[in-house]
Amino acid sequence: MIAHLLLHLLVLLLFAPLLPGVIARTKARFAGRQGPPLLQPYYDLLRLWRKGFVLSRTTTWVFSAGPVVGLVVPLLAALLLPFGALSAPLSFEGDLILFVYLFALARFFTAAAALDTGSSFEGMGAAREVTFSCLAEPTLMFALLVLAKLSGGLSLQTLFGAHLPAAWGSGAGPALGLILVCLFVVLLVENSRIPFDDPNTHLELTMIHEVMVLDHSGPAFGMILYGAALKLMVLGSLLVRLALPWNSGFWLFDLLIYLGGLLLLAVLIGVVESVMARLRLVRVPQVLIGTSLVSVFALVLVLR
Amino acid sequence: MSDVNSVILLVVILLNFFTLGSARLVACIRAVALQGALLALLPVTVHGFSGHSLILALGAFTLKGLFIPWLLLRAIREVRIRREMEPLIGLVPTLFLGVLATVAAFLFADRLPLLLEHQEGLLVPASLATMLTGFLLLMTRRKAITQVVGYLILENGIFVFGVLLSTAMPLVVEAGVLLDLLVAVFVMGIVLNQINREFATINTERLSALKE
Amino acid sequence: MGWFVAGLLLLGFSGVPGLFAARAGGGAEKLACLLVWAGAACGTLAVWEVLKHGVPLVLDLPWAIPGGALALRVDALAAVFLLPLFLVAASGALYGLAYWPQRAHPGNGRRLRLFFGLISAGVMLLLSAANSLLFLLAWEFMALSGFFLITTEEHQSEAREAGFIYLVATHTGTLALFALFALLEQAAGSLLFPGAGALTLKGAEAAAIFLLGLFGFGLKAGLVPLHIWLPGAHAAAPSHASALLSGVMIKTGIYGLTRLTSFFAEIPPWWGATLLALGILSGILGVALALAQHDLKRLLAYHSVENIGIIALSLGMALLGRSYGVEALVALGLAGALLHVVNHGLFKSLLFLSAGAVIHATGTRELDHYGGLLKSQPWTGALFLGGAVAISGLPPFNGFISEWLLYLGAFGAAQTEGPGPTAALLAAPALALIGGLALACFVKVFGVTFLGAPRSEAAHHAHEAPFLMRAPMIALLLACAWIGLLPQTLVPLLEQAVALWSAAPEASAGLSAPLAPLGWISALAWVLLLALALGVWWLRRRARGAARAETWGCGYALPSARMQYSASSFADFLVRLLRFGLWSERHGGAARGLFPEPGQFASHTPDLVLDRGLRPAFCGLAWLFRRLRALIQNGLSACYLLYVALTLIVLLLLGGFF
Repeated sequence: MIAHLLLHLLVLLLFAPLLPGVIARTKARFAGRQGPPLLQPYYDLLRLWRKGFVLSRTTTWVFSAGPVVGLVVPLLAALLLPFGALSAPLSFEGDLILFVYLFALARFFTAAAALDTGSSFEGMGAAREVTFSCLAEPTLMFALLVLAKLSGGLSLQTLFGAHLPAAWGSGAGPALGLILVCLFVVLLVENSRIPFDDPNTHLELTMIHEVMVLDHSGPAFGMILYGAALKLMVLGSLLVRLALPWNSGFWLFDLLIYLGGLLLLAVLIGVVESVMARLRLVRVPQVLIGTSLVSVFALVLVLR
Repeated sequence: MSDVNSVILLVVILLNFFTLGSARLVACIRAVALQGALLALLPVTVHGFSGHSLILALGAFTLKGLFIPWLLLRAIREVRIRREMEPLIGLVPTLFLGVLATVAAFLFADRLPLLLEHQEGLLVPASLATMLTGFLLLMTRRKAITQVVGYLILENGIFVFGVLLSTAMPLVVEAGVLLDLLVAVFVMGIVLNQINREFATINTERLSALKE
Repeated sequence: MGWFVAGLLLLGFSGVPGLFAARAGGGAEKLACLLVWAGAACGTLAVWEVLKHGVPLVLDLPWAIPGGALALRVDALAAVFLLPLFLVAASGALYGLAYWPQRAHPGNGRRLRLFFGLISAGVMLLLSAANSLLFLLAWEFMALSGFFLITTEEHQSEAREAGFIYLVATHTGTLALFALFALLEQAAGSLLFPGAGALTLKGAEAAAIFLLGLFGFGLKAGLVPLHIWLPGAHAAAPSHASALLSGVMIKTGIYGLTRLTSFFAEIPPWWGATLLALGILSGILGVALALAQHDLKRLLAYHSVENIGIIALSLGMALLGRSYGVEALVALGLAGALLHVVNHGLFKSLLFLSAGAVIHATGTRELDHYGGLLKSQPWTGALFLGGAVAISGLPPFNGFISEWLLYLGAFGAAQTEGPGPTAALLAAPALALIGGLALACFVKVFGVTFLGAPRSEAAHHAHEAPFLMRAPMIALLLACAWIGLLPQTLVPLLEQAVALWSAAPEASAGLSAPLAPLGWISALAWVLLLALALGVWWLRRRARGAARAETWGCGYALPSARMQYSASSFADFLVRLLRFGLWSERHGGAARGLFPEPGQFASHTPDLVLDRGLRPAFCGLAWLFRRLRALIQNGLSACYLLYVALTLIVLLLLGGFF
């Protein structure tokens, strides 16, 4: 049990920073550049770890709570989540709600930390973040409802259990396909990727997530980057398991399928970021509402 | 084959949502063209290869998938409009209504006294949903072009329903419907051009002032 | 039962000695506080006895009023509502010593304390009444005391107006209740409450009883569209009175609905569906209206509407479960509703009390005049943060536990095969949306009030609340944390209440299996809390002695506190998205030309039902009747004679034919 838990966390902690590296490399290749080394995020984290702090005079302890929550929450949430066919260390009926609400807690503190600086730009980012998440959350709930209906259980372990390959083949296949698309959109929103947010933009006015963390520095900023990578991997795991639902029966193969799936996902995100432009801000809610309506439709498909 | 059917119909329904939620006319017309082309596959996938179904599929494909969209795109180029600027109710509320209509169609289709083999698939609800979407577009949009798009979607819904019956229904009926539509689009196109030349607008609300 | 009656009397008379004390004297207020504490302690003892033995306390005394009897009955269902009452009343009384001292308010301090005690006793009596007449008596006691609490500051026209709207609303509700209990007496044959599941009434009569109950109790609870009195009333009352009104009094409406539906043996599906739909509407509209407010207490009041919506939604789920015979849904829905009643009582009181501390320190309720208060009020800020996390339904506090129960119910409803309570699954996405909006709203409130730099002179000179005000808040936060961190301890209470409501001792079995994971949740909540505390401590230690600089202004060299994101700007995106349901008014804000003149911007969101619907409608009616009166009362004596003659003829006709 303890060993399982530690191994689970170890995979997460070691592998997560690779994903942003892969995304950056994919984008560079698309732009015809060499791109940074794949391990660049690890170097960045190491360097930030050794750096000192500069703190804003207006900030209080809430400002340091933001990065901590951002790092702790994905770690705790990952304990409830099966990595591909590898079972979750902790699993109980109803843990999917805890999973969703843990990320809401992280959002609360990230946004509060942004407001703590008193910068109008960071306030703007915080407002946008909470707005878009409001719209993405019902989608996630509808998707989970579909999965719960198909699996008959209420824990992430059973939701993403061994019944998935059969479910794809049965009449529920189209619904699962729709949910896969919806979850991909949720992943892009929650991890602030193009077309919803541009992590590499230069203009503070147009940012969402990046602008909220402008004032963090040193290890705190490292925690934020690390937390973001962990979140990408944790939310990406949902998609990977849904798209590659095979159980090989041997843990090494399962692990390889899972990690390979994650890398594929990172490449896919990189491709999306390369071929799409950021949406105009007023269009983002429309797309998100459209996505939740599609997920409603998927639910209707499995309920009838 | 039922898998292919349900995938086709699913994409058709998603295209319904897309036309409801999109403000760009060109994108709407392309979506409808794609919808028509996909629907043209249905007679074959539902009834298998036969002369009857092939003719139906080919006719539908050329008309719905190619010819009518081409006419519409041309009309747009002539009157130089790109966007549905002022729908009567906003895009997001129409989208909401569209999904509500689709859900209602699904619920209603379950209550219909259908043959057993028709109850399982998506054909009936998809047809109802598509027709309702067509009505919704007709009711909420102002530009004449989007109204034509609405007619097309309405017809697509009828076509899906027709596929169910196509073994029982003579080709002539389906051909008649298609012909009607074609003529309608022609007339619309010509009238549209004339109106645009005369009044410099194709807003249907203002046209209603002509009746006096 | 002795303890209970003693508590009732102590609470009810707590403010009476003060009436005989000197206007400026401080001794009487301490005595009043002591009496409230003693009353609450006695009451808690009585409730503890009920829960320990699982047997309801019963008192039956004759009463001179025909049909009436002094029949009291304290069971587990009432206990759920009583426990927060005692805690909130006790902490409110202590808080009042510093917040509304007799010295500072010689004019209305004694009255406030008198009605504070009376309303507590009224609620207590109401929750234990087992006789319709007694119930109505307690109901009126509570309603009238509420009116005097709201109009404590009667010199302000705002408070007077809120009070009158409340009075009209509550009496309209009482009217419905009179009709309801008359019908109930017809059906049950006595004014005593029937036992759970004892009423085998069906058809139109049952529907009439339910609809009357929904109207009368819904008006008190503040379900949309019956919430008209709530925002103004909670904003006008002193903060500890608001805490009692919002945390406890409006729950009596929920208690009424719960008790009423427990009488029926059979429940048609449309009851549950109606309540579910109203709950979803209240939840979403309540939080949306809250988001658009910039008055701190009005905002909190709208959140009461939201939370009542959540409670109604879960009650609707339980009713649907009853109709279709799905035991798990009954258990989860009712347990969620009851737990949320307790939770809302705790965190909403905490929020109102800490809002009171902020208002006490700054002298304004306007959110955009605050800012940076966490530095001057570290305790209040941290306590408010706790309440905000709890009300947003986030772990590790109590709001999460009740919402978790509701989600379990909704997901379970989605998994039942065939025709059944499928409608209940709508609760899950609705709760997700409500939760997301509530989170946005409380990030806004906490951020704008306590974080950043002070936006006004008053916020610069704010001071920390005195210990007497902090202590009750700490107690409430600890209660919130207790339910969040050790939810298993409440399971027996909920099981008893569920068994009582559904009139089946085995119904609570539907609860034990789904509640088993509460241990895991509790463990994870502890881990979360410890990890966060450790992480923040470590980061603060590491950052000790760090360089301090200005906030990065994105290249602008002279940022000022007024350039911070304000409450309105924070909510603006969402408010504009929800404009089809809010109809906010926006004035000004446009800048013209290259060098624009100084401009003004104001946004205001009036209440959808009261300000947009009822007020214009009643103004129109008043105009109509004025015209009618001018027509009838025209001053011509011939006309008056005509009226007399007409009346006579009508009377003769009536007498002749019937």
